[in-house]
Parts: sequence; structure tokens; C-alpha cells
Amino acid sequence: MWRGYLTAPVLGALWMLVVATTVAVGFSFATGEAFRPSVGLCLLWGVVVGLSAVMRLGSVSMLGAVIGLAGVTLAGVGPMVIGADVGGLAEWLSALVLGASFAVSFWGIVAGLKPGVLTRHEFEEAVIRFLTGFGYIFFTAIVVIPFYVMVMTSLKNQQALLQNPLDFSIELSRGWDLLRSYVELFGQYDFGRYLWTSFYISCLTVFITLLFSVPGAYAVARLRFVGRAAFSRSILLIYMVPMIVLALPIYIAFSQMGLRNTVFGIVLIYPVTTIPVALYMLQGYFRGLPAEVEEAGLMDGLSRLAVIWKITLPLALPALASVSLYVFMIAWNEFLLAFMLLDDPSKFTLTRAVTSLNSSEVPRQHLMAGAVIATVPIMVLFLGLEKFMTKGLTAGSVKG
Amino acid sequence: MTETPIPPKGRGPLARREARLAWGLLAPTIISVSLVVILPLLAIFWISFKPIGLADLRPPSLSVNEQLRDADEAEPYIRYRVRNTSQDIALSSARFSDSFPEGVEPGAVPEGCTYAARTLTCDLGEVEAGGRSEIRVPILADDPEAMEDPLEDSEPEVVVKAPNILTNFEFSLENFARVFDGGEFWSVLWVTLVYTVFGTIGALVMGLFAAMLLNKSFRGQGILRGLYLFPYVAPVIAVAFTWVTLFDPFSGSANALLIQMGVTEEAINFFGQRPLALIMVIIFEIWRYFPLSFLFILARMQSIDTDMYEAADMDGASPFQKFWYLSLPQLLGILSVLFLLRFIWTFNKFDDIFLLTGGNAGTRTLTVNVYEQAFAISNIGAGAAVAVVIFGCLIAFSVVFFKWISREEGL
Repeated sequence: MWRGYLTAPVLGALWMLVVATTVAVGFSFATGEAFRPSVGLCLLWGVVVGLSAVMRLGSVSMLGAVIGLAGVTLAGVGPMVIGADVGGLAEWLSALVLGASFAVSFWGIVAGLKPGVLTRHEFEEAVIRFLTGFGYIFFTAIVVIPFYVMVMTSLKNQQALLQNPLDFSIELSRGWDLLRSYVELFGQYDFGRYLWTSFYISCLTVFITLLFSVPGAYAVARLRFVGRAAFSRSILLIYMVPMIVLALPIYIAFSQMGLRNTVFGIVLIYPVTTIPVALYMLQGYFRGLPAEVEEAGLMDGLSRLAVIWKITLPLALPALASVSLYVFMIAWNEFLLAFMLLDDPSKFTLTRAVTSLNSSEVPRQHLMAGAVIATVPIMVLFLGLEKFMTKGLTAGSVKG
Repeated sequence: MTETPIPPKGRGPLARREARLAWGLLAPTIISVSLVVILPLLAIFWISFKPIGLADLRPPSLSVNEQLRDADEAEPYIRYRVRNTSQDIALSSARFSDSFPEGVEPGAVPEGCTYAARTLTCDLGEVEAGGRSEIRVPILADDPEAMEDPLEDSEPEVVVKAPNILTNFEFSLENFARVFDGGEFWSVLWVTLVYTVFGTIGALVMGLFAAMLLNKSFRGQGILRGLYLFPYVAPVIAVAFTWVTLFDPFSGSANALLIQMGVTEEAINFFGQRPLALIMVIIFEIWRYFPLSFLFILARMQSIDTDMYEAADMDGASPFQKFWYLSLPQLLGILSVLFLLRFIWTFNKFDDIFLLTGGNAGTRTLTVNVYEQAFAISNIGAGAAVAVVIFGCLIAFSVVFFKWISREEGL
């Protein structure tokens, strides 16, 4: 293996499989036409290109590989098989993309490999370059494909979906009709109201959570009292109690007290599920703040509460932002309690409303449009405030 | 000889004041959390020993239907039809009272009833489950037909004593017997363990791989990091339904793709057949939670001292050696913490499986079983018993967890 003329063809064959599959899947999803990798030809062409690249055979260059691969693909004996009824442009484009993406990336992978004996370094680095390339493609694909399918399905109509589930090309000729599922969700299914309900429930949850957890976290982080260590452990413990265990008694109690089917009941219960998390995150942040500033404040005659309000909180503002975002996300995405406690469509949260779309009577594209509506706000928030969000996530540890 | 100053014993007034303030600041949290966490936890133990179904949550009541009959004939009478709405719970001390409007008097008061201050009160005593009876009260009125509306408008008031299954002291081990008896329980436990172990390890390994990819700075690193967090940040309903749509046996894109690529001849029912459904659910779990492990591992990686790697480079260590002998030992701490936390969380996971398969096709875990027992089979007691089992497992994990965690840094 540690010889260049062995390593390069093996990597070439594997990489050809990866690239051909990626391009085939990509073009299938984009056009709905038949593209597929051919395993045998992938291995063959991978070995050929790999060998010639590392042995510097004849005048083989990157450009040569691009043209060659595109050529054999168009001729029908390349690593990717193109369906018979694929039109001209897509056919040419896919062959070119395959050739170019393989050649460019593969020349990167085998850079520095020589035909003879390789050092362990050279060999491992080539393998790592291969794995890195594979990793980027793999992770990007598994993350992007579901979200792509979600958005594109919401823009199709039932008939087109059943006809060719692979065809995600956008029919621009439909114009505004593309957004029909969304228009219907907001018009007939009252999604505007659910969006609003979810929004204000989440905001209230954030507010109440902060109201309770800021003083609590400060006490745990700064003040000395008997049972402090035990308390900080029990926070962790509480936040491991599964919701499904609590859900039954809560369901019973809410049924008996008439709190089921009320937004009030939901607002009552959501913060309690987030307070332990928030408390745990915030006490970590508060510990990181310099105590001297607060002590100076105390010396100057401020009371403890005034110190918290005037010194600690302004200093912890970024932390508060992270915690708020994280809590907002938990409340916005919450499903179980909303599902169990809300039956009345006029009080649904967004997640509960989307769940109710999951029936055989509602077409799939409506369900996907609902999913998009539930996802977009949290994604916008996430991308806009990524720095705070990642901080919140890491500090918020591994909940749910 | 100078006296050595002796530090004051016990806590001074300042320390006491600080402790008081601390408890004051914590009080709202403690109260609310105990109300919604501790109380339900106690309640679930209580309920798990009770034979209680979903229907028992609606307390049994007595329905009394009042009608004026034969108003146009010689002997008009009021008929009260009484019915116990519950089919299996008897009511005791049942009584109803009905007020009579002006101009109407009962002709004769039936046995068990009294009439005073224009109000008829009838004592029914015990009403058996599903029991019905009828009481006829002949009336005297000048114009019975005109009295129909005023008479029927006054709703009879009902007073009953019904045993409340939630608060009485009737206990049984039936729920636990039922839960442990069926061979199903062990398969559920087995599925839960498989799901938890593979889900946790898979998410960790994937997270480690992703973290290594992004542990170098290049343009677009931030974008990729944001992108890779998507599965975790998106609402579970959105991603779960997307997966169900994507892998649908009839109109799913995954099947269309596989058929077109010649991998399979006919559509595969990914979420509907054993053992594929369980594998899919585990893959979903890994997909959804690798971002979290990746985030933590990346954070730890970036805090590793680079000097060490430079020294290793000088000594001629190869990339894999550096990973195996330098990075991995450094990451072991965070990996074990993540493993334990994720293990507990995956064990407790409910939404994902419930939304993907509903617990069908061999994917029923303990948490899904709680829901199944309580709401699908309407046996709340049995659901609570399963919940108690889950809680027991949780306690066991926590003991291990705290033993470990105290050794590890960070959390």
C-alpha cells in the first residue's frame, strides 16, 4: 500500500465512487431525470486516472482528465450512467461537472504522491485528504438533502409528487401558484394565529425563565449558604428527569383543574422545564465574572440586589442573550406537552398545528410547508445570532 | 505574652444574612420546580399503584332529565329520569332537588322525596353503576300546558358522592404485574437499550469526525459549522416529518432514487418493517444529535495546546499517530461526559420515535410505551408503572453519572 502506484489507484477508485454518486444524486434531485453511478466503471476509471496521475503517464494533466472523463461519460461508458431520455443540456452539464469536480479534487488528494515508496507521512496525509473530502461531501449531503426536500416538496403539487418523487425542479411557469401551500396554510388553516401563539408563548417562557433563574443562578454562583453544592447537583439531576415521566401527572392534574387546553397552562409549564437549564448555564457565566467589581459596588454602599441589577446583569448581557435564545428555541420546538395538553385548534402552538397536518386527508406539500414555517423563524434567529446560539448550546449542555 | 486572636465561632450575622438572601433568591425557583417536577414525580408513584383508566379522569355523575308529561290530559305529571353516567362506578348519597315555579304544586310527594319552600328534594341513596330509575310527580296546576317551559327551564341540582379513584386508598400491584408479565416488556427494554447504545455511540463518532473536519480555520468554516447544526436546531416535528416524507414507500424520494440507481427492485418500507425501522430510527437519532457532540468536541479541540503538536512534529509523528496518541487522550474527558449525558437523554427520548414510527415495527421504547399504555390503551395506571420503571433506570444512571462526573472536569 505504501507505494504511490498502489495508493493512488485505490484512492482514485474510491474517490470516483464518491464523486460519481454525489453528482448523480445531485443531478437526480435537481432535474428528476435518471442519473446513476456505475460501480464497475467507477472503479475502472478511478484506477486509470489514479495511476496515470501519479505515474505522470504521457501528457496526462488535470485538464486532460476533465475532458477525458466527460467524454467517456457522454459516450455512455463513464463512471456515471445517464438515462436515455435525459436532454442535451443536462447531459452535457452533468458530464462536465463530473469530470471537473473529480479531476480538481483528486489532483488535490494525490498532490505530493510519487510512484515509488511513500513515507508513512505522505501515505497518511493522502488518506486524510481523501477522508476530509469525503467528510465534507457526506456531512453536507446528509444535512442539506432533508432540508432541500422539505422546501421543495412544499412547492410541488400532489400530482407532480406522486408522478416523480425525484423531480424537485421548480416549475417557474406556475409563478405565484408555487406558494399555494403557504397561501392555503395561512388562509384556510389559520397558521398566522399559530405562528403568533408560538411566538408569544416562547417570549413569555423566556421572560419568566430569566425572572426566576437570574436570581437563583446568582445565589448559587456567588452567595455562600449551607447546601449550595447539593443544590447545584440537584439542578443537574432535575434537568435529566424525562418529560414523559412528568407528562402523565401533569396531564391528570391539568385535566382536573381545567388547565388543559389553555395557553395559560402551557405558559405555566414551559418555564419550569427550562428554568433548571437556564439556572445551570447562568451560574456558570456568573462564576466567570470577576467578583472584585461586585465587591467594589458593595463597598460603595449598594445593596446586593442593586449590585445584581446595576453591575452583574449588564456584564452578563451576552450570557443572557445566549440563554434567552436557547430557551426560546426549546419553547418554540416543544412538542410533547403541546401535543398532550392542547386539543382545541384555536389554542394550538405551531408544532401542535403542524402535527395535526399529518393525516391522510391533508396533502404532503401542506405538511412540508407547515414544517418550513416552523423551521424558518428559528433558523433566521439562529443564523443571525449564531455566535450567541453556539455559546448557548455548548453551555446549555446536552439537553434533549 | 500577647493573646492570639481567636476567630469567631459559628456564622456571623453577615454570613447569616447572605444565606437568607440566597434562599430568598432561590425560593421562587425551588417552589415552582418542586410543584412541577417533585410533585408529579411523587404523583407518578401514587398513580402507578392504582387501577386507573383514562375514563376515570372524568368523574362519574348523575344525569337527571326532567320532562312534563300528559300536560293536556287529566293527570299531568313530571317525570324525572335518573341515570348513573358511569358504567362501572356506583354513586352513593345521590340526591337531587328541583324548584317549582309559581302556580305549580306537586299533587303527591313520592316516597323518598320531600317538598318544602317550593323545592322538591329526592333522596336516591345508592345508584348502582349504569343504573337508571324514574320518578313521577303528579302536579296540580291551573294551566299545565303553559307551565311546561318554566318547569323544564329550572335545572335540577344534583348532589352525589362518587369515589375518586385518584384520592382514595385503593392500591394494587396489578399495573406492575401487567407491565412485567407480558413478554412484550423485555422486548421493549431490549429495543430501548439497542436504540440508546447505538444512538449515543453513533452520534459521538459522527460528532468526532465532523469536529475534526472543522478543526482548522478556512474560509466558510463558520458557514459550515452553522449548517451542520441545522438538524439539532430545527423543530423535531419539521425534521421528523421530512424524514417520513423522504422515506415514504409510495411517494418518497429516497425510494425513487434507490430504484433508479438499481440498488433495489421495489420500494422499501423504511419505517414500516422490522428490523429496518429500528435501524432508521437510530440513524435519525445519530443525524439529529451529532451536531451537539460535534460542537462540544470542537470546543475542546480548540482549547488543546498546539505546542504539543509541534513537538510531536519534530519527533516525526505521523498524522494518525498524532490523533491516536495526542488528541484522543485529550478528548477522552469530554467524550465520556458526552457519552453519559447523551446516554441518559437518548434513553429518555420520546418525540423522535413517536413521530417517526409511533412505536410500530419493533421500535417501541420505554418512553413510547408510557404513551401507548396511557393513551392508546387508555390505562393510565399501566403507563405510570412504565414511567416508574424509567425513573428507576434514571436513578441508576445518575449514580453512575455522578460517580464519573466528579472525576471529570467541566460539568
